Amino acid sequence: MSQKAKDFFEQYKAGKISRRDLMLGAGKLGISAATANFMLNAASTQALAADFDWKKFKGAKLHLLLNKHPYADAMIADLDNFKALTGMEATYDIFPEDVYFDKVTAALSSKSSQYDAFMTGAYMTWTYGPAGWVDDLGAYIKDPAKTNPKYAWDDVLPGLRASTAWNGVPGGALGSADAKQWCIPWAYELNSIAYNRKMYDKAGVQPPMNMPDLVEKAAKLTKDLGGPYGIGVRGSRSWATIHPGFLSGYANYGQKDLTVGADGKLKAAMNTAGSKAYHKLFIEMVQNSGPKNWSTYTWYQVGTDLGAGASATIYDADVLGYFMDGGDNKEKGNLGFHAFAPNPEAKAPTPNIWIWSLAMNSFGTQKDAAWYFMQWASSTEHDLFGATKTDFVNPVRASVANDEAFKTRLNKSYAGYVDQLAASSPGAKIYFTPQPLFFDVTTLWAETLQKMVAKEVPVDEGLDQLAATIDKQLKDAGLG
Amino acid sequence: MTAETIQAPRRRRKTKLLPYLLSLPALLVCVGILIPFVTAVYYSMLRFRLNLPAMKGFIWFDNYINFLSDSEFWNTVRVSLLYTGLTVGVELVFGLAIAMLLQKQTRFNNLASILLLLPLMTAPALAALMWKLMTNPNFGVLSYLVQLAGVSDFKWASAPSTALFTVVLVDVWVYTPFIMILLLAGLRSLPRQPFEAAALDGVPRRFVFFRITLPMLAPYMITATLFRLLDSIQQFDIIYSMTQGGPGNTLLVFQVRSYLEFYQYTNVAKSAALLVILWAITYALSNIFIKQWLKLRERARGSA
Repeated sequence: MSQKAKDFFEQYKAGKISRRDLMLGAGKLGISAATANFMLNAASTQALAADFDWKKFKGAKLHLLLNKHPYADAMIADLDNFKALTGMEATYDIFPEDVYFDKVTAALSSKSSQYDAFMTGAYMTWTYGPAGWVDDLGAYIKDPAKTNPKYAWDDVLPGLRASTAWNGVPGGALGSADAKQWCIPWAYELNSIAYNRKMYDKAGVQPPMNMPDLVEKAAKLTKDLGGPYGIGVRGSRSWATIHPGFLSGYANYGQKDLTVGADGKLKAAMNTAGSKAYHKLFIEMVQNSGPKNWSTYTWYQVGTDLGAGASATIYDADVLGYFMDGGDNKEKGNLGFHAFAPNPEAKAPTPNIWIWSLAMNSFGTQKDAAWYFMQWASSTEHDLFGATKTDFVNPVRASVANDEAFKTRLNKSYAGYVDQLAASSPGAKIYFTPQPLFFDVTTLWAETLQKMVAKEVPVDEGLDQLAATIDKQLKDAGLG
Repeated sequence: MTAETIQAPRRRRKTKLLPYLLSLPALLVCVGILIPFVTAVYYSMLRFRLNLPAMKGFIWFDNYINFLSDSEFWNTVRVSLLYTGLTVGVELVFGLAIAMLLQKQTRFNNLASILLLLPLMTAPALAALMWKLMTNPNFGVLSYLVQLAGVSDFKWASAPSTALFTVVLVDVWVYTPFIMILLLAGLRSLPRQPFEAAALDGVPRRFVFFRITLPMLAPYMITATLFRLLDSIQQFDIIYSMTQGGPGNTLLVFQVRSYLEFYQYTNVAKSAALLVILWAITYALSNIFIKQWLKLRERARGSA
């Protein structure tokens, strides 16, 4: 690279020119986009090193446990910069999502020190935290000796910071003053509508306004399109069926999974009149317009059907639609994104969120070094690199979400995605009650949903039975 | 004192130690099996969830007693036994029929018996995923064939009414060759004289099958059934890969339930209690079969 080009990147590092000017100038100097991106991030990395001793743990060897995901791919693509910045080595084991959390449970429950840090979701920390498997990261964030002054923790969206912090009290509010920060938000997905614009045009329908409208339009799409089905939602016997579109709509109708009594005891709340009415709508939608083998559907089938043109709509993670609108999917470029408030009386969407986060293994032997990795991986620089150059979407930092380059890139390739994100994100948070029996409750809920969709049990009776079973389990565990 | 008189006690000591040394590997294996078993029995008597460490405590047999009044547990017992009975029964009938067809040693039969073994070489989890694709209502080849046959809206593993049929079908596809190859080996090793005598006397084929072939093949059938029974009642991979125990609780067999109790709910005690009960059922069933097998062997010796 010429001296002129190097000077150009130095100017950016010194803050004399903007990122946009830098990329334009690099283009004029004949530097390829890939080289420019690498240099840009290397310059960012050097800027990151300015006021903090990143080399403190030079020579340390970290081992990470990762889930096979575009977020992990984004980090791996930038890992050389971490090595250059810190002088540390970072190796990783990567597992497909089907078995990933079983691997995490096996590693942590055996008190293994094999992994220093790992990917997790916030729900999982409701098990890992009380079990003593992960460290409270609040202590690291507040320690100026361990955390880069430019880390800007407050830049992380407040709803995400709160959703990953819990005081360990069953039913305790997320993000309370005494909460422990069990993990660091890395990237997140909220649940909304993604739809096939061509199919909607063909059937002459507009994106749904609310849940009754969605039920009606999904049925019309199924009928009119003559092949693709109207709406894709998850249906497998797993907690993962409950948390995306289903719970987002449930919360929008003002319904709760559990209630917390004055004595702190938990009680199932799935059998209220409002809950039963919402369940009936959702079940009618699946029965009339869902995939034929709905009860085996995970996020993977929901997404691939939309990408392959087998479904017209999904009510699932917004990034699932994002991924299906790109790559080599058949429907690439045909998808639209739509913020969705299912309750006709609600003023705004209330999407439940899934936050891919980073957590620290309590049994690790080099925790300070692991924290260096975690703060680099969740830094503004890496977040911006991932959001603008790879598929590290949605970004957890406000500065990155508002970055013009990020918005321009998304607007150019993914019609309506930025608007959807802006309209949905204010109400986006975790709508579950945090408590240790989260997976018991949600798996039972999914099982009951399957029975009701299969007409094995009427909705009212099924939800009464579900609430009674959950209440018994809570009582047995001393929580109800 | 000569060198020989010094070496004699050493040799005697070595000879005395030899049986212990020879049994050491078996002892180590036994200890290796017993440690996790005893640990599981111990855990099953605790109240023990990893994410509620404060509640950990010894409750003796409460976990087992709670199962008695738990309809979900009895559903698990029912589904596990039904699955075992159906898979082993169908595989035994099919395995025997195929073995009879391939009994004669020809080049074609030998090739066919090798080819028929291929499903057995497929990992059951992979076979389940393969069948999951083949039975997909949108693009699965089996769904297409069923539609051609005039059956519309057949939901395979995704409907409670057909889920058991679907997983049994996969199990039969994978494991029938196992029974077939054992019975084929048995058939080909049977003495030829009784069959030749029956042929000379013009005995009907049905009579030969029920009065000569089956009784002589019984020890092989019991061995094959025992192996499959022990494996089938511990089924996990096919069911978990296809339905995770659903739809609803249709296929919540012991191993799937125990796996979920530990890996998803971190309920170590309940998971261990389920596995101890599964062990007890397996032990009882294998005892019955081994006694039958020994009886048959005694009878065979007596008649010899």
